[in-house]
Amino acid sequence: MFKDKACIVGIGETPFCRKPGSGLSEMGIQLKAAVAALEDAGLKAAQIDGILPFPNVGKAEAFAASLGCENLRFAATLHMGGAAPVGSLRMAAMAVTSGAADYVMVPGGWNGYSGARVRETAANDVDSIPGGEIARDFYMPFGLTAPPQWYALMARRHMHEYGTTAEQFGAVALAMRKHAQLNPAALMHGKPLTMADYLASPYIASPYRLLDCCVETDGAAAFIVTTVERARDLRQKPVYIMGAAAGQPYPADEITNRADFHRTGLTNAAPEAFRMAGVSPADADFAQIYDCFTFEVIQQLEEAGFCRRGEGGAFVENGGIELGGRLPVNTHGGLLSQAHVLGISHVVEAVRQLRGEAGARQVADAEIGVVTGWGDFGDGSIAVLRR
Amino acid sequence: MSQNAISYDKPQPSLTGLHGEFYAWCRDRELRFQRCKGCGRHRHVPRDICAHCSSMEWEWARSSGRGTVFTWTEVVRALHPAFAAVTPYAPVVVEMEEGVRLLSRVVDCTPDELQIGMPVEVDFEKVSDAITLPVFRRAAR
Repeated sequence: MFKDKACIVGIGETPFCRKPGSGLSEMGIQLKAAVAALEDAGLKAAQIDGILPFPNVGKAEAFAASLGCENLRFAATLHMGGAAPVGSLRMAAMAVTSGAADYVMVPGGWNGYSGARVRETAANDVDSIPGGEIARDFYMPFGLTAPPQWYALMARRHMHEYGTTAEQFGAVALAMRKHAQLNPAALMHGKPLTMADYLASPYIASPYRLLDCCVETDGAAAFIVTTVERARDLRQKPVYIMGAAAGQPYPADEITNRADFHRTGLTNAAPEAFRMAGVSPADADFAQIYDCFTFEVIQQLEEAGFCRRGEGGAFVENGGIELGGRLPVNTHGGLLSQAHVLGISHVVEAVRQLRGEAGARQVADAEIGVVTGWGDFGDGSIAVLRR
Repeated sequence: MSQNAISYDKPQPSLTGLHGEFYAWCRDRELRFQRCKGCGRHRHVPRDICAHCSSMEWEWARSSGRGTVFTWTEVVRALHPAFAAVTPYAPVVVEMEEGVRLLSRVVDCTPDELQIGMPVEVDFEKVSDAITLPVFRRAAR
């Protein structure tokens, strides 16, 4: 239990871009975000003694050597895809409260547009695809090769069982796009979206259309976790980690043979996080929900307990997840309309909201916020944060 | 090598270990799943041990070949270059009578004819001398 004993004290983010690309290496762009987080916190690199990098985009040793972290003593990488940043937030809280490290940096980022695209990685490197040899031998020969296709299988089944509609998927896309209009840093700033636009967009992997899919992006972000005691000497008001948890679906390495097809890692993790936090989903003033595709928002709202199974479609309709609605979701525009930076920007945005620094998209008097991660074949992570 | 083996450019399963044994049966045009000798449950994908009873004793049990469509996606834009020429196509999850589910394709209908619950039965598609994939056709109920 680390409730309220650890906090986020620094955040950093690079600009987001597509064409022609960041012009930096994937390590370089992450280092830029890491330096911004150090500056934000008022920390020197030498004080960072824990680093938890995202899978496949750089090792802790390289971060430490590049930044000048001479006393690296806690390093690990969670292999949970997009659930890694929030899972690493939890692990950082465990590390600083146990004494394994004093200041833990969680960097993440990539040249997701100009570099090796997601689909190419999935096609060529068995070690980097969820499921590994299972995907290679039982999915890829049949043309199931990439994330929108895996998750489309879940989305289709949800539509069948619960009557979830394309318009409800569209409501998620529209909410994210609406929020992006209030965020000058978002890739889709200045590009509003209508339901007609959404429904007219071509299918990629049905039921997913182009506008159900997040925007491939070059960009990076980072955050720093330490104890509440150490935070007192730092520049920013801390954002407290009330509770955090991570979980795996079962089986985690194979997507088709799940007794409950909709049970994901978050189904297990969310009750643990809320129990530790001592609050319920209804207490959240906002949520940053990992939105690789629209349906994953609906699914996670259900599995995290913001509504019951099957009610996620109705939950997101009629402005339910827009600013001013019952639960503002992804106030920065999310992966769908701000940028796909592997979910780490969801943490950054939660911190901004709880510091009251979100500008035109600020949730009034935001006190408690939830952030989730989703990755691989349904790995989940969640943190409950407060100001 | 046959013409087929040279021209087939899509991802292929490895033929090693238990995965290889599964595909060896497919090459003989038989769909078989592991059946636990401890508790009698079928399992897929192949694994060394039964997750229900921890028995490591099992046999390759011949499937009835019958199942129903559980879910699917119609891939309109290929996300792997080898499938670009065959879009649209639909990876389908089939729920077998034995209780296991299998990712495959239904080869005798278009994606927009697919329905959840549609009865299907196994067939086999030889893609090279070494590899035959289990695929499905529509079946009478």
